[in-house]
Amino acid sequence: MTAILVDFGLLLSLVAIAIAACRTRDLFGAAMLFGIFSLLSAALFVVLDAADVAMTEAAVGAGVSTILMLSTLAVTGHKVRERPLQRDMVALGVTVVLGGALVYATVDMPRIGDPGAPVQTDAVAQHYVEVSYEEIGIENLVTPLLASYRGYDTLGETAVVFTAGIGVLALIGRRRRRDGAPEVQAEGVDITADRHRILRVVGRQLIAPILLYAVYVQAHGDYGPGGGFQAGVIFASGLMLYMLLVGIDEAERVISPKVLEKLIALGLLLYGGTGVLNMLQGGNFLDYRTLAHDPKHALHYGILAVEIGVGITVTAVITTIIYAFAGHLRVRIAAPSIAEAAGGSTPAPVDPSKDLEEA
Amino acid sequence: MSLFLDIVSWVLLVAGGLVSVVAGVGMLRFPDLFTRMHAASMLDTLGAMCVLGGLALQAGFGVVGFKLVLVFLFLTFTTSTAAHALAKSATAAGLEPLTAEPRRGDGAEDEA
Repeated sequence: MTAILVDFGLLLSLVAIAIAACRTRDLFGAAMLFGIFSLLSAALFVVLDAADVAMTEAAVGAGVSTILMLSTLAVTGHKVRERPLQRDMVALGVTVVLGGALVYATVDMPRIGDPGAPVQTDAVAQHYVEVSYEEIGIENLVTPLLASYRGYDTLGETAVVFTAGIGVLALIGRRRRRDGAPEVQAEGVDITADRHRILRVVGRQLIAPILLYAVYVQAHGDYGPGGGFQAGVIFASGLMLYMLLVGIDEAERVISPKVLEKLIALGLLLYGGTGVLNMLQGGNFLDYRTLAHDPKHALHYGILAVEIGVGITVTAVITTIIYAFAGHLRVRIAAPSIAEAAGGSTPAPVDPSKDLEEA
Repeated sequence: MSLFLDIVSWVLLVAGGLVSVVAGVGMLRFPDLFTRMHAASMLDTLGAMCVLGGLALQAGFGVVGFKLVLVFLFLTFTTSTAAHALAKSATAAGLEPLTAEPRRGDGAEDEA
């Protein structure tokens, strides 16, 4: 009974948030509502016993994705223009047709937990569940599935993340000082100033635990929810916190963008390189059993290597995207008239460059 | 002893839930950003403390209990600092706190 209530409440909240996000005119509010939507989806995944997916959804959807959307809105502006009603009618028609088709498809789906459902009776799924621990020896069933049995798919996912990073670098590029623009000193938080003491102290104390937690999540993927994607996102958020505290100049001196570009490629190279190493040792591509004498240990090494590759790529891509956005935001702040038109109220008594790093 | 722990954790969990609901009501009903942040940050932290305390009593001394304590420490630092950062940015954007002026319609008794 309580399970039904919890499911009902979560799903109703999701619907309400989706409707609110569609109807609001202010894009900042819509971005925050999407973050809350992702968090509630993560809660729904936990209720459905999918802990890895829930963790990834919470870290990516409610964390990094919201920050990226907010950074985009800070650069572009966040009011929505009024649309003529006819264009909305076409969109409404398409949505109704597609939504109706999806609802019609769910009528055919088996109930959750039905023992006769294909996911329970499929021979391959049965093999994974029954044999995986004997074959590989990793307690968490999701990690060997992700990294070994379905290693090609995860290689594709990592390549997608890699392509996203390359795309952002190609489209937006790194920070460039526009000729003629005044040299804006965006130092972030001044060391000697007292204005942001609480943020500075607490933020600096939090960076190390966040990075340590990311490494823990990376290593813990064998025994519980975790793995490369979540660890990469958490590590990148720790780096983002550092960038918010010291300003983008200092952060780029510590975490150089050129190194990040190499790291984006290094992670994917680590993943594909493991596969090529397997081929050079006489096995198939991504058949980790060639890496050591004992096949179980070899599989452990292979899974560890590819998960670390995934983590490196995800961290580097997210940090590069944030550098690209922040660099653009700084160039815009240098021309305050554009910033006034794009942002909210004018921060008249406050230096605009400091205002960037305050929130 | 186990019954005592169960009762205490029940009380803590229910209290945590009630406090979170009150925080939500406060966020909706308060008139101003700063008062809403007051309700949200303090009551949310308290609610999270109670819920985590109840869960930690159920988990006992072990890895899970230790992780819950870590989560609790992290939450107390970050929710308070996030609320502080939000209020700071609201002040920097020029938002003034609502002062005690009687509002039209229900102000006659509100003269502190």
